[in-house]
Amino acid sequence: MIKAVESAEHSGGAGQQAVADHGGNGHAAAPRVVRVRILRQDAPGEESYWERFEIPYVENMNVISILQQVAARAKSRDGRRVAPVAWDCNCLEEVCGSCTMLINGRTRMACSALVDKLLEESGDEIELRPMSKFPVVRDLVVDRSRLFRALERVKAWVPVDGSYDHGPGPRISPESQEDAYPLATCISCGCCMEACPQFTKIEVVRREDESAEAFEARKKTAFDAGFVGAHAISQAMLFNGHPTGKMIADERLEALTSQGGIQMCGNAQNCVAVCPKSIPLTRSIARAGRAATVWAIRKIFDR
Amino acid sequence: MAQPRVLVIGGGLAGLSATMRLAELGANVDLVSLVPVKRSHSVCAQGGINSVNSLTRQQGDNEWKHFDDTVYGGDFLQHQPPVKEMADWGPRIVDLMDRLGVPFNRTPEGYRDQRRFGGTLFKRTAFAGATTGQQLLYSLDEQVRRWEVDGKVKKWEFWDFLEPVLDDSGRCRGAICQDLVTMQFRAFSADAVIIATGGCGLLYGRSTMSMVCTGSAVSRAYRAGAWYGNGEFIQVHPTAIPGADKLRLMSESARGEGGRVWVPKTPHDPRDPRNIPEAERSYFLEERYPKYGNLVPRDIATREIFDICTNEGLSVEKDRLCVYLDLTHVPRETLDRKLGGILEIYEKFQGVDPRVVPMKIFPAVHYSMGGLWVDYQKSSGGGLVEGSPRNQQTNIPGLYAIGECDYQYHGANRLGANSLLSCIFSGLFCAPGVIAGVDAGGKQAAEESSRLFESRLRREEERHHALLSRTAGDENPYDLHQQLGNLMTRVATVVRRNEQLAAAYAEVCSLEERWGRCAVSDSGNWTNQNVVFTKSLGDMFPLAKLILKGALQRDECRGAHYKPDFAMPGLQATDPAEKRREAEQWCDRFEANTRRWLKSTVAKCGPEGEPEISYEDVDTSLTPPRPRLYGLVGGEMIEEVWNERQKKAAVAGEGQAVGAGQAVGAGQGKQPAYAGSAS
Ligand SMILES: Cc1cc2nc3c(=O)[nH]c(=O)nc-3n(C[C@H](O)[C@H](O)[C@H](O)COP(=O)(O)OP(=O)(O)OC[C@H]3O[C@@H](n4cnc5c(N)ncnc54)[C@H](O)[C@@H]3O)c2cc1C
Ligand code: SF4
Ligand code: SF4
Ligand code: FES
Repeated sequence: MIKAVESAEHSGGAGQQAVADHGGNGHAAAPRVVRVRILRQDAPGEESYWERFEIPYVENMNVISILQQVAARAKSRDGRRVAPVAWDCNCLEEVCGSCTMLINGRTRMACSALVDKLLEESGDEIELRPMSKFPVVRDLVVDRSRLFRALERVKAWVPVDGSYDHGPGPRISPESQEDAYPLATCISCGCCMEACPQFTKIEVVRREDESAEAFEARKKTAFDAGFVGAHAISQAMLFNGHPTGKMIADERLEALTSQGGIQMCGNAQNCVAVCPKSIPLTRSIARAGRAATVWAIRKIFDR
Repeated sequence: MAQPRVLVIGGGLAGLSATMRLAELGANVDLVSLVPVKRSHSVCAQGGINSVNSLTRQQGDNEWKHFDDTVYGGDFLQHQPPVKEMADWGPRIVDLMDRLGVPFNRTPEGYRDQRRFGGTLFKRTAFAGATTGQQLLYSLDEQVRRWEVDGKVKKWEFWDFLEPVLDDSGRCRGAICQDLVTMQFRAFSADAVIIATGGCGLLYGRSTMSMVCTGSAVSRAYRAGAWYGNGEFIQVHPTAIPGADKLRLMSESARGEGGRVWVPKTPHDPRDPRNIPEAERSYFLEERYPKYGNLVPRDIATREIFDICTNEGLSVEKDRLCVYLDLTHVPRETLDRKLGGILEIYEKFQGVDPRVVPMKIFPAVHYSMGGLWVDYQKSSGGGLVEGSPRNQQTNIPGLYAIGECDYQYHGANRLGANSLLSCIFSGLFCAPGVIAGVDAGGKQAAEESSRLFESRLRREEERHHALLSRTAGDENPYDLHQQLGNLMTRVATVVRRNEQLAAAYAEVCSLEERWGRCAVSDSGNWTNQNVVFTKSLGDMFPLAKLILKGALQRDECRGAHYKPDFAMPGLQATDPAEKRREAEQWCDRFEANTRRWLKSTVAKCGPEGEPEISYEDVDTSLTPPRPRLYGLVGGEMIEEVWNERQKKAAVAGEGQAVGAGQAVGAGQGKQPAYAGSAS
C-alpha cells in the first residue's frame, strides 16, 4: 500500500543556507537560551527565595516546556545542583485548569503561555511566581481547595432525583444553550480570584495535635467566612438558569447573600480581564446582584 | 448487610460515573486521584459521544447498527455481548447526561443536535461546543460533589495508587496509596477496588494524552497479578500538532474542509512554505490515492505521513518530524465559519495563524484500546446480565477495571466518540455487580487483615525510601523517559516490523536496567514530584514490554496493528476470471487468518516481570467477522465473492436449523431476534 516515492534529493542549492529562519514566525533571530527566575518555597511557612535557570531555546516552547527542562536538568544557572521546581499541570491544552501561576507578574495558564510572546513582554528573562491568593504547598504548587469548596457553598449542580432513566432532559432553546455554554467552560483555574482585590488569602495551618477531620472542618469554616469568588457566582447563575437547576435557585441566592457572598464584590472587573476562557463574569455578577436584591426584598415580605 | 465500602482509583468519566452510581446504591466510596478529579484527562475530549437517537432511529438506525459499526470498526477483536449492552444503553446514557445539565448543542426547536462521526452513516454524535468531554466530566463531578456533601463520598485528590492488597486467597481487600503532598502512605481497606485510571500514552513520550496518563496504576495492578488484554492495539491519530511538551490534536475536519497535505520535494527545505513553488511540492496523499485524496481513512493517512517522514526522509523539519497541512487556499470566511475553534487552538499554541501559514502536523499516539482484562456475564438476549459481579471484574476477585484502562469495548481500533460512551457505560453498569460481589461472609479476622495491610504498607515505604536515598546514580529519569518514548514511537505505532520489535524489546530491558541506576535529584519528603515521576517511569517498562511482545507475536494486520510483511494486498489481475480467482484466494486467506488470529492477546506478568502471552477466543456469537475492504484495490470483487460465500453458508445453516424442510423467507433468517429491541 505504501509505495516508495523517488527520493527527491537536490544537491546543494537552498538546503545549504541553514539559517535559523523559520518561515512565517516573523522572529528574525531566535534566542539560543531562555532565562527564567522562579520564586521558590520549600514548604508552607518557609521563607521564599529566587532561583535562576537557563535552558536551551526550542521553537514554540511554552512555560511548561521550560519547567520540564528545569526538572530534567535540576541545575541552577550558576551550575549548582538544586531540587527540581514543583508545579501543577495535566492537559497542556488549557482545559484542565491545573497550571495557573504568575508569569511576568500576570496570572495565567503556563501551558498556553508561549515563550516568544513572553520575551517580547519582558526582555531577556521570564519571571514565574506561585499564585498569591492561595497557600503555597511548594514552589509553584498552591492549595486551591477553597475554590472547590466555593462550588459546594453555591450548590453548583443540577439537583436530579438520581441516575435512573427518566428520559431526556428539558428542551432548551439554542439561545439558552449559547448563553449557558460559556459559563459551563469554567476550568476552576483561579485566575479570577487571584486578580480580585476582594479575594484575600486564607491560610489555615494544621495544629500539631489536630486530627485530619478536625483540620478539614476548621479549614472549611475559615473558607466560608471569605469571599466565594467570581467563578462561584458565575456557576450559581449557570445553574439558576437551568430549568431543573433553578428548582433550588433560592438556596443558591441564600448562599450568595450570606457571609462572603456577592455583597463583597466591589465590581472592580479585574476578574473578567484575566479569565483564560473569556467567561462573561461581569454579566454573571450583574445578574447575581439583581437576583440577590429581589431575593432580599422577597425575604422581608415573606417573613 | 452493612454498607459496603468501595475504593475507586481515578476520577475521569469512568471513575466518576461509577462513584455516583455506587453512592446512589448505598455504598461508601473513597475516590483516589492523582489530580483533582475535575482536572482529569477526560476534559480533553472535544468531538462528542455516540448513541442511537430518535432522529437516527427514524432514518433506519438502531442499537444493533451501532453495535455492528463498533465491532466492524474494531476489526471484530472485541467480545460482542458487552458491546451490544453498551450500544443498548447509549440512548439512556446521553439522556441522563442531558438531565445532569450538560449543555449539548441544540436544534432550533430545542432538541439535542447531532453530528456525524467516522465509521457510520448516521448522525449519532451528541456534542457540547468543542469541549464535550469537559462538559460530561463536569456534570458528573458536580453530582459526585453532591454526594461528597452528603458524606457518602470522600475524595483523596493528589494521591497515588501504589498497589492492590490481596489476601491469601487472592481476593482484593484494598490498596496502598500515597499522599503526593506529605508523601505519607495509607492503607485503604475496601470491599472492592475499581481501577479507572485511563490510558497510557506517556509510554510513547509525548502523545495527545494528559500528563498523568502514565499507565502506572494499571502496571501496578498487572504486576500484582491482573491480566492485561490486547496491549499492542494503540490508536494513532493522523493529525496532531507537534509541540515540545505535547502533541495536540488537530481535528479531522481540517481535511474535511479542504486541507491539503504536502511536503517539499527537497528534504528539510528551509524556505518559507509559501515561497515553495507548486512543482517542488509533493501532495503525496493526492498522488498515491487519487480517488480519496486527502480524505483517505485515518489509518492510511497516518501510515503515509509516517512513512514519508521516517522512511523517505522528507519531513519538513530535520529534528522534528512533520508535514504541512495547508488551508491557506481556503477563503478566510469559510475557515472562520467552519473551523474557527480548532484553528484558534493551533494559533494559541503555535503562535502562527493557520489561515496564512500552512500548519505543521504529524501523527500522534491517541488511545489505548488494550487494557486490564475484564470479565462479563452474558445474558440470554446476547447482552450482559445486569448486576452480575463478573461484569468488569479482572481475574482478581474484588478488583475491577473500567473506562479507557479496560480492554473490553474497542477491539483493534476505536471509533470516534465511542470512548466517552464506553467510559460512562462501564462506570454506571458495573456498580450493582460490584456491590453484589462483596464478599461479606468471607472477611478475614480483623487482626489478620490489619497484619496484611501493615506488611504491604511497610513494603511500599521501603521501596520509596530506597528510591529517595538513590542520589548517587548516573542515570536521569527524564532522559530515560525520552529514550523510551522515542523508541516506542519508532517501532510500535504506525508500522511494525518484527526485527525492529525484537530489537526494541531488548532495548527496553536495558532501559529498565538503567532505570535501576536512576538518581533522584530531590531527596526531600514533601511534594516530591521527582520521585513520583521516577516511580511511574519504572512502571512503564512492564507495559512497554507487553506491548512489544504482543505486537511481535501477532503476525497479521488488524485495526491499528499494521505489519507490512503480513499485509493482504489488493488484487493485481485485470482479466475478470483471473481477478475472481484472486478474490477467492483472498477470501480463503482471510478466513484462515481469522481462525489463526481472531483472538485477544492476554499478558500475564511472569516472575521476572516478563510478559507471558496467551490467546483468548473472541465471542463473535452475534455477528460473524467480515473483511474491512475500504480503499483496497479489487475490493468490489472481494466483496462479491465474500457475500456469495456468506449466502451459501447461511443457506446451509438454515437448512439445518429448519430441519422440517420449511421455506424461510430471504433475509428473515439473517435478522437477529433482538435487533432494534430498544430497552
Ligand atoms: C485529545 C483527545 C480527544 C478525545 N476526544 C474524544 C471524543 O471526542 N470522543 C470520545 O469518545 N473519546 C475521545 N477521546 C478519548 C477519551 O477522552 C478518553 O478515552 C476518556 O476520557 C478516558 O476516560 P477515563 O475515565 O477512562 O480516564 P481519564 O479521564 O484519563 O481519568 C483517569 C483518572 O485516573 C487518575 N489516575 C491515573 N493514574 C493514577 C494513579 N496512579 N493513582 C491515582 N489516580 C490515578 C487520574 O487522576 C484521573 O482522575 C479523546 C482523547 C484525547 C486524548
Ligand atoms: S468584579 Fe467582583 S469578583 Fe470581579 S474582580 Fe472585581 S471584586 Fe472581584
Ligand atoms: S471563571 Fe475564568 S478565571 Fe475564574 S476559575 Fe473559571 S475559568 Fe478560571
Ligand atoms: S495544564 Fe491544563 S490548563 Fe494548563
